[in-house]
Amino acid sequence: MATVTLKNLKKSFGPTDVIHGIDMDIADGEFVVIVGPSGCGKSTLLRMVAGLETVTSGEVQIDGRVVNNEEPMDRDIAMVFQNYALYPHMSVFDNMAYGLKIAKVPKPEIADRVATAAKLLQLEPYLQRKPRELSGGQRQRVAMGRAIVRKPAVFLFDEPLSNLDAKLRVQMRLEIKQLQRELGVTSLYVTHDQVEAMTLADRMIVMNAGVADQIGAPLDVYANPATEFVAGFIGSPPTNFIDAALIGGGGGGGGRIGIRPEHVRLTDQGQLEAVVGYAEALGAETLIHLRAKDGGQITVRQDAGQPIPHEGQTCALDWDTAQVMRFDANGMRQ
Amino acid sequence: MEKRVTFKGIWLPLLLVLPQILITAVFFFYPAGQAIYQSLFIPDPFGLSMQWVGLGNFEYLLSDRYYRASFLTTAIFSILVTVVSMGVALYLAVLADRLIKGSGTYRTLLIWPYAVAPAVAGVLWLFMFNTRVGVVTWYLGLLGYDWNHVLNEGEAMGLVVVASAWGRISYNFLFFLAGLQAIPKSVIEAAAIDGARFWTRFRTIVWPLLSPTTFFLLVVNIIYAFFETFGVIHTITSGGPQQATTILVYKVYSDGFVGQDLGSSAAQSVILLAIVSVLTVVQFKYIERRVHY
Ligand SMILES: Nc1ncnc2c1ncn2[C@@H]1O[C@H](COP(=O)(O)OP(=O)(O)OP(=O)(O)O)[C@@H](O)[C@H]1O
Ligand SMILES: [Mg+2]
Repeated sequence: MATVTLKNLKKSFGPTDVIHGIDMDIADGEFVVIVGPSGCGKSTLLRMVAGLETVTSGEVQIDGRVVNNEEPMDRDIAMVFQNYALYPHMSVFDNMAYGLKIAKVPKPEIADRVATAAKLLQLEPYLQRKPRELSGGQRQRVAMGRAIVRKPAVFLFDEPLSNLDAKLRVQMRLEIKQLQRELGVTSLYVTHDQVEAMTLADRMIVMNAGVADQIGAPLDVYANPATEFVAGFIGSPPTNFIDAALIGGGGGGGGRIGIRPEHVRLTDQGQLEAVVGYAEALGAETLIHLRAKDGGQITVRQDAGQPIPHEGQTCALDWDTAQVMRFDANGMRQ
Repeated sequence: MEKRVTFKGIWLPLLLVLPQILITAVFFFYPAGQAIYQSLFIPDPFGLSMQWVGLGNFEYLLSDRYYRASFLTTAIFSILVTVVSMGVALYLAVLADRLIKGSGTYRTLLIWPYAVAPAVAGVLWLFMFNTRVGVVTWYLGLLGYDWNHVLNEGEAMGLVVVASAWGRISYNFLFFLAGLQAIPKSVIEAAAIDGARFWTRFRTIVWPLLSPTTFFLLVVNIIYAFFETFGVIHTITSGGPQQATTILVYKVYSDGFVGQDLGSSAAQSVILLAIVSVLTVVQFKYIERRVHY
């Protein structure tokens, strides 16, 4: 187990800067999720910690030791890949035992550790199978098993669930969280799915084009987004953004306000008028999509009991000023 | 699910394969049939009549000291050509696979030798190693080594092996490189994280995953060494010295066209035919279940 520290970490591929300087301290046993849209540099960041990409400038420290120039095998880490990266010619047992064999762990102990991991991951019936004879979920578990048998200081996950179907994804998400709790291993987890980030993270890093827009506990980030990007990315359905000029008193300067769908009410007299587009009744709640005068989309989330307006009806929207998030023209929270 | 085109009648498919069948018939079945037929006779010295001898030609061949020596020569030659060309090709492919920039140029340059006809390659190598004017011979002379493949059997064998293997390296390189690039990068990375350094990774991951390619190349290269190296041997050594480089295919030629022993030559062809059939069957059997892991 270990801490991980990133100090002004930067990465360029040739002339293109991909990571623009990230600072972070990860505590021992903490589960940190790196979340952001496709191409924002999540994998690159993780791979620098793994030692699979060189560091352009800055530092990666594991347990206080600068590892910038260390090979992956010397960093005491384990990684779970998106495509699992199992060794196709080896049985499940050999896949899990591979790292231990290389580390020259005595045979009985290898058998012991693999058996423990297999039990934990319910892989016992499949130990002699080849990866191609397993389902996606089982392969995913083998990849997890391969990581945990080595008892590394840090776990790295690069979108480990994105190749699974929705139901399995939810189930594996829970299992990963439980496993991490049990083992208490410091973990860095990359995903583009904000729900996964919210549910798994002790703290999360919201990345936007190579910059860490915000680092914090999921609920803090949700309640208090630091930038317009974070407000829009975290939360589903996303935050509504309205031109400050449209509701008056916006202070000028081209800023926008953000208001979450659950904080907007339909009333007779409000701060903004909008036309109802369509409503999605989801059972426990209803999402109503409206179009404001300037053409902007607004979503309202209300409880199932409340009346649903007709399509084409003009409604007034109201909200508590306390729930309003103000952003300046650069998208920074004011 | 299998994707294949299905034809309704028999005539269109027949028409489509007809050219191939014709070519095979004219250039393969007919000569092969001739060879089998001739191998059962001995022609008189003037080629006017043929005498039926049954399997006599074969019996004679198998008891012939020179023919058995040629078998051994062929074995040594094929193994050397295969090992050298595949070994060098694999080494270069591993280097190219690791190279990100400039691998295109590197690849193009490496493919060139494949475009050189065996006989031309033979002449090139002969030039470099010519006992009087060859560049390499001259340098070896400076180092105090007296190169003479015209007299030295080992040197002759070495030279034809190198000349035959050289053109083959390109071909093997392409297959090895494709094989290496088909191994997912993340699998290699996973092994690196699992603690395997370059050689361990090569031995435990890359080599096993490359084995279908290796096996395919092994068969193809043996067939090449058996049959297609005629031009190289003909230009460089003509099977000499003392028959030291007379491989089976060359012996078919020298016994048949130089020695005019057509019956024996035909019988040798039939034996070669049998060998190549076996190799082809092995190859097809294997390719059918290409993914063996
Ligand atoms: N080897 C490379 N050479 C050049 N550019 C690269 C390389 N690897 C990644 N990039 C670029 O760096 C940026 C970040 O890539 P990265 O793979 O880290 O994104 P990501 O956040 O993981 O995206 P995704 O969610 O799609 O996996 C992308 O714009 C990508 O094009
Ligand atoms: Mg990625």
